[in-house]
Amino acid sequence: MAILIDEESKVIVQGFTGQIGTFHADEMIKYGTNVVGGVTPGKGGTTHLGRPVFNTVKEAVSATGANASIVFVPPPFAADSLMEAADGGIQYCVAITDGIPAHDMIRVKRYMRRYRAEHRMRLTGPNCAGTISPGRAMLGIMPGHIYKPGSVGIVGRSGTLGYEAASQMKAVGIGVSTSVGIGGDPINGSSFRDILELFEQDPETQAVVMIGEIGGPQEAEAARYFKAHMKKPLIGYIAGLTAPKGRRMGHAGAIISAFGESAAEKVEILQECGVTVVPNPSEFGATVAGVLAGLR
Amino acid sequence: MDIHEYQAKELLRNFGIDVPRGGLAYSPEQAQYRAAEIGGERWVVKAQIHSGGRGKAGGIKMCTSDAEVGAAAEDLLGKRLVTKQTGARGRIVNRLYVEAATDVERELYLGIVLDRSQERIVVVASASGGMEIEEIAADSPESIIRCAIEPAVGMQDFQAREIAFALKIPPALITQAVRALMGAYRAFRDLDAVMVEINPLVVTRDGRLLALDAKMGFDDNALFRRASIAEFRDKSQEDPREMQAADRGLSYVGLEGNIGCIINGAGLAMATMDMIEHAGGEPANFMDIGGGASPERVAKAFRLVCNDKNVEAILVNIFAGINRCDWVAEGIVQALEKIELGMPLVVRLAGTNVEAGRAILRDSGLPIIMADTLAEAAERVVAAWRRARAAH
Repeated sequence: MAILIDEESKVIVQGFTGQIGTFHADEMIKYGTNVVGGVTPGKGGTTHLGRPVFNTVKEAVSATGANASIVFVPPPFAADSLMEAADGGIQYCVAITDGIPAHDMIRVKRYMRRYRAEHRMRLTGPNCAGTISPGRAMLGIMPGHIYKPGSVGIVGRSGTLGYEAASQMKAVGIGVSTSVGIGGDPINGSSFRDILELFEQDPETQAVVMIGEIGGPQEAEAARYFKAHMKKPLIGYIAGLTAPKGRRMGHAGAIISAFGESAAEKVEILQECGVTVVPNPSEFGATVAGVLAGLR
Repeated sequence: MDIHEYQAKELLRNFGIDVPRGGLAYSPEQAQYRAAEIGGERWVVKAQIHSGGRGKAGGIKMCTSDAEVGAAAEDLLGKRLVTKQTGARGRIVNRLYVEAATDVERELYLGIVLDRSQERIVVVASASGGMEIEEIAADSPESIIRCAIEPAVGMQDFQAREIAFALKIPPALITQAVRALMGAYRAFRDLDAVMVEINPLVVTRDGRLLALDAKMGFDDNALFRRASIAEFRDKSQEDPREMQAADRGLSYVGLEGNIGCIINGAGLAMATMDMIEHAGGEPANFMDIGGGASPERVAKAFRLVCNDKNVEAILVNIFAGINRCDWVAEGIVQALEKIELGMPLVVRLAGTNVEAGRAILRDSGLPIIMADTLAEAAERVVAAWRRARAAH
C-alpha cells in the first residue's frame, strides 16, 4: 500500500456536523474515501451525509471499526479531541485545525506517549492540508484532482506549496504514492523524519520529495536521517530564502529564531547530507524527473 | 505577542520574583513624581519599547537628581528608538519606566523557551548574564545550563535547586532563587508564554536577588483564553500595515522591496517571494490571504498592498483548492473596479476551475498580465516592474 491511508482505511470525522467538517467530509466521500461516520458530542444517534453520528470516539470505533480520523474541531477544543482519538483506538489521525495553542500540543504529545508503541496513535498536523494516497483515499482538504497516482512520496509543511509541487510533477507525468502534510506549527504530531521512515519502508514509493521552510530543527534532522538510513533518493526544497530573521511568516512555526533555522543554512545542511535540492520552486517537476531518470 | 518590560515585571512579581521598585510615566512631570515616590538618590529611566538592545540605543538613562530624571524623560518621550532588532523605522517611545537604581554584585541570565526539538519547556541559565544569549553561546557555551521540564508533572524543586547551585548563587539566597525559578516557570506555563527572559537576574551588593530586566512573549494562538494578557497589546509598537492586515484576518509582513505580493498559503507565499528574487526583483511584502480567498478578502489585500508607497508592481499567485479559480477571478475583477491601481499587475491562477478563472480575467478588459506557471509569473512581474520604472 501507500503509507498511512488507502482504500481500506475506515475514517471518522471529528467535528463532523460543523460547516467546515461537513464540506470536507462530503469532498472526501466524493473522492472515494471510506468515511464510516463522525463524532459531534450531543448529536449521537443522528445521521449526517448518510453516515451515523456518535457522541464519542469510543462509540464510533466500536460501532464502525474505524481506524482513522480527521479533526476539524475548533482550536480551543482540538487538543482534547486529539487525546480522545488517541484513547479511543484510532491508529492514524490528521489534525486540520489551525490555531491550537503550543502548550496544548505539548500536552497532546506527552499524552500519546502513555500508550505502548504498538497501540500508539500516529498523528499528522495540526495546521495542515491533510494526507492523500491518490486514487485511493483522501484525508484532508486538498483538491484531489491535482494528484496523479504514482510512486513518489511527498511530505511538506505547507498546503498550497505542496499542491504546486504535485501539479508540477503531474505536468511532467510523475505521480504520487502518498502526500503528507505535517503542518506549519512549531509542535506537530509527526516530524519530517517520522514520515521519511514510513516512505523508506513503503514498497510502492521510489523517491521522496520533502518541502520544508524556515524555522525549527526538523529539516536538518530529516537530512541527517536520510544520510544515515535511507536508500531511496530524497529531493528537498526550503521556502523562505527572502524571509527576514525574527519575523513570523504566516505559519506559527515559520520564524528564524536560532542558528541553522534560515533557508540558506538548511539548504546547506541538505546538500551536505546528499539531498538533491530543488534550486527554485518552479523546478519541482524537472528536479524530480531528473532524479527518477537516474534510477532507471 | 510581545509585552513591555514593566508589564512583564508586574506579571513576574505576582509569581514570586522580586523586582526593583518602579513606576510607569507618560510625561516628564510624572517621571519626576515617580522618582520621588520611589525615594533614594539614583534612578534609571527606561524607554518602554518592544525590543531588546535598548541600552546601546540610548533608551536607558541613569539619573542622580530630580532634574536629570525630568531631562531624561523629556529626551526619550516621543522619540523613535532604533535598536539592532527594530529595523530602520525604530519603535516609538510613549511610556517610560522609572526604577530605583541597583548596586549589582553579579549578573546572571535566565530564560525559558519552548524547545521545538525536545517538544518541551526548557529552562536556560548562565552565570554570564548581561549579554545576549547568542553572545553567551558564542563566548562561553560551557556556562549555559539547560534543564528540560517533563510536561506531565512540571518543574520540580530539585531542578530549580540544581540550576541555582550551578549558577553559584550564595547559600543564603538559594531558597529565594528556587522560588524565583519556579515562579518564572509557572508564569510561563500558566499564561501560555512562549518566551520568558530575565536578563540580567542580579545578586545585589546588599544580598538580594532581583530581576533587573524582563521580557515575555505569548502564544497568539492562546490569547483567546488569556484575556488579561491580550489587554497588554500595545498597537503603537506594531508596524501599522501589519496591524491593519491582522485586523482584516490577513497575514502580512512588510519588507523593503517594490513588488507587492498577494498569495494564498504561507509556504507558497514564501516560495513566490523566493522566485521573485530569483527573477531579479525584490518582494515588498509577505502576504497569505488564507484558504477561502473570497472577493472581500482579495479586495482588502489589494488595498493593503497599494497603501505601501514602495510598491511599483503587484503579483497575485493563487493555487485554488477549496476556493475555485473562477471565484478568485471574480474577486480580483470586483476589487479592481473599486481601486485605481496605476501599476502593472500579474496574475497567476492554478488549481480547481483554472480555465474558467482565466477566461473571467481575459474577458474583464482589465490590463492584467496573465501567467500560467510560477516561473512565468515571477519573470513577468519583474519585467513589467522594470518597464514601469524605465517609463517614469
